[in-house]
Amino acid sequence: MNALRSWVKSLLLVELFKGMGLTLRVFFAPKVTIRYPEENTPKSPRYRGLHAQRRYANGEERCIACKLCEAVCPALAITIDSEQREDGTRRTTRYDIDLFKCIYCGFCEEACPVDAIVETSITEFHFEKRGEQIMTKEKLLAVGDRFEAQIAAERAADAPYR
Amino acid sequence: MTESLVNIEIDGKPIQARKGEMIMQAADREGVYIPRFCYHHKLSVAANCRMCLVEAEKVPKPLPACATPVAEGMKVFTRSPRAITAQRATMEFLLINHPLDCPICDQGGECELQDLAMGYGRDIARFAEGKRVLKDEDIGPLISTSMTRCIYCTRCVRFGMEVAGIQELGDTGRGEHSRIGTYISRSVDHELSGNVIDLCPVGALNSKPFKMHGRGWEMTQHEAIAPHDCVGSNLYGHVLRGKFMRAVPRINEAVNECWISDRDRFSYTGIYSVDRLEHPMIKDGGKWRTVDWETALEKAAQALRTVHSDAGVLASPGATTEELYLLQKLARGLGIHSIDTRLHQADFRDDDSEPLFPWLGQPIEELEKQDAVLVIGSNLRKEVPLMAHRLRKAALRGGAVMFLNPRRYELLFPVKAYVSAAVAEMSAALAAVVKAAAGRKTLPAHLKDFVSAQGPEAEHTKIATELMMGKRTTILLGHLAMQHPQYADLRALAAALADITGAQLGYISDGANSAGAWLAGAVSHRLPGGRKADIAGLNARTMFARPRRSYLLLGVEPELDCWDSPAALQALRSAQQVVVITPFVTETMQEYASVLLPGCTFGETSGTYVNAEGRWQSFAGMIKPAGEARPAWKILRVLGNLCELGGFEYVSSEEVRDELQSTLGASKPDNGFRGTRVMEAAPLCRGFQRIAELPLYGMDPLVRRATPLQQTQDADVACICLAPADAKKLGVEAHDKLTVKYNGVRIVLPVKLDASVHTGDVFLPAGLAATAGFAPWHAAVELEKA
Repeated sequence: MNALRSWVKSLLLVELFKGMGLTLRVFFAPKVTIRYPEENTPKSPRYRGLHAQRRYANGEERCIACKLCEAVCPALAITIDSEQREDGTRRTTRYDIDLFKCIYCGFCEEACPVDAIVETSITEFHFEKRGEQIMTKEKLLAVGDRFEAQIAAERAADAPYR
Repeated sequence: MTESLVNIEIDGKPIQARKGEMIMQAADREGVYIPRFCYHHKLSVAANCRMCLVEAEKVPKPLPACATPVAEGMKVFTRSPRAITAQRATMEFLLINHPLDCPICDQGGECELQDLAMGYGRDIARFAEGKRVLKDEDIGPLISTSMTRCIYCTRCVRFGMEVAGIQELGDTGRGEHSRIGTYISRSVDHELSGNVIDLCPVGALNSKPFKMHGRGWEMTQHEAIAPHDCVGSNLYGHVLRGKFMRAVPRINEAVNECWISDRDRFSYTGIYSVDRLEHPMIKDGGKWRTVDWETALEKAAQALRTVHSDAGVLASPGATTEELYLLQKLARGLGIHSIDTRLHQADFRDDDSEPLFPWLGQPIEELEKQDAVLVIGSNLRKEVPLMAHRLRKAALRGGAVMFLNPRRYELLFPVKAYVSAAVAEMSAALAAVVKAAAGRKTLPAHLKDFVSAQGPEAEHTKIATELMMGKRTTILLGHLAMQHPQYADLRALAAALADITGAQLGYISDGANSAGAWLAGAVSHRLPGGRKADIAGLNARTMFARPRRSYLLLGVEPELDCWDSPAALQALRSAQQVVVITPFVTETMQEYASVLLPGCTFGETSGTYVNAEGRWQSFAGMIKPAGEARPAWKILRVLGNLCELGGFEYVSSEEVRDELQSTLGASKPDNGFRGTRVMEAAPLCRGFQRIAELPLYGMDPLVRRATPLQQTQDADVACICLAPADAKKLGVEAHDKLTVKYNGVRIVLPVKLDASVHTGDVFLPAGLAATAGFAPWHAAVELEKA
């Protein structure tokens, strides 16, 4: 009986029409493929990409050298030296993140009591020379300065869920 | 079951406690932790933080465990719902005024309040009103303050009253207006004041040099021994990425209890001084040239090989025992017998009858149990702060602590008798005490004439009586006695007094390792193990008085460290070869040296210190040496190889130590004095008699470079201290400038008047840049108005 049913099915090309039907449906469905780099996939505001250090609106760096990010970092990618700045505040003299060591877990951002270190949604970065993977304090602040609007918007978007 | 024990139960665990002790003490001994802030086992009970509230059976209210004595059958519950509720409530009150600035607080991560808040704090604060904010006072270069964080446990206040002996920090105001602070913009200057940093349970008092430099959790902890005084305080060195960050005390009840002096705590800042010598250097045609180790060592070995006996070897008493042993082995192997570490000593007449090593005569711990102690020639608080602390405890227990000094020093504890004698009269004053003690007993023949010529006064008799009456008595010779030009006489008299009164004779030796130096044979009259040297070389003074052709110096800055510094400088400048192993380089050093070998300083080398009680304390290196510097024992080992001496194949400092220890055999420390040199009346000198104290923060090369210590009041001692009568005669007043002249050299310094200085005496400290290479430490100097 089964052999007969299978012979009729193959004679009428049922499988073929099923397949063609799927092709036809997908053909008119909205496209998933994007034209990178002109186009980008949408990202969650929680996306964890390149690191940045933020400043307050008055231009003062946020980081207070509490070293909690350094302590929490599971990959030991962060190195901080601190001292008292002339105005008496606690500041870093060195804040290095080794991006080769970093596993982009976002713990540093979670640990930060002042939202100074953040992981932005920037994914497009590369290194050409050895040593470039070290994000120094200056580089981190520069990223923060450049993308502050975007960083702030992402934090604001995520705020209701935290 | 003895009378003095009671049975109690803590958390259902039956234990025995001593009658009269507090619940907290019994619980601590049993390992039951009761939260606390104000309680500290070395301080009195204040019971003001209320964190240690516990529940006791049949008691209607929670009780503070630190202030409730145990009673027979008492049942204590430290974790019952009632106790926990009380502790939680206390914590909520404590946090009302405490700022939430843990991320920027240096105490973060090692804070008692933070730790306990994790266990007892509420998740959400109910207190919405404004918090109290206080201004931070500047209380000196060592301690940083953040008074807003203070929880008024008053540990620091009690420390001042009970341990330091001077209440520099106090509590003013009441309730919400309470303030911990100093007396109107005074700094905290006591030489043990740094301990309040450890005592403070929160971040209100913290280390200023370490401020904002690191976190407790990121540093590695290494055991170390303090390199400055003969107590040999036990330390922990905290190291972050190969850099020494801070020193904290390591508890050792037998040595330093839980305290360390500020000198031990902050001297590490000198490690990173700009003076560090980082590469070997040789002088080539009058010009300094940085060279590699091989060249420098070859040059040094060549210099040593060619001179043989006509050389002098001088080492700091702060060098490790291993270094000193290798140094003497190298020197004696080359036929150089003039080797010494007694930089501060002037009188070597009694070398033959000296003990095995300058021993305290007892364990340090025993000092506080003495019934009577006579300290001869010592500014004790500044020389060895922790020994002064032990004697303070003896005095507070009712012991008679007495002094015989060239002037009065502030001691901060009750002193039974104090004889202040002009420097030239010190031996006469001591002889008067001996006479009073001897009474009708026969005096040793060699002292008889001198002693019987004295007329004891009331104070001398009092000292003698106390020493005779006490069961446990001690006579200590301090640094000022050791520097005295008649040290041998003072020692003979002290020994005679000890024999007559049955007291123990003890030495407060200088440097961290005088005892080790003697045992290692790094003194001119002793071989390793304390055996008498067959060929006694020149000692630290005569090797400069009779200039040598070459010198080898280990960690010494002769212009500051040597008793006769002008002679030392002159001899060094005229020497053909001077090889210097030193962590620090100075301009003066560059003038006389021909080879500079960078050695290591505190924390960079492994080794052993032997403290005054004869305790061998070994330690390992903690940090990477600066630049190309190498531990001196390694340098000396290679020099031994290059000089083709046998037995220099060590691969670790432990091997060196073990070799030395094997030479010691069964020799025991013994201060029994065997000298019989006949004493003569001391000739009086003409002019002003200089007395050089070595200031608290001028004792050794490391501490002289510790910037925070150099900013303290104790470092501000570059002045001429005169009797008011002498000042009047010279027509000067306090703070006027005065010129001191010696041998054609003149220096100008401000005058300080001190009524306790005897007329004819001038106190002019050594170990300072201002007086470097000026005059011998005791010499007749001329004064004139500048």
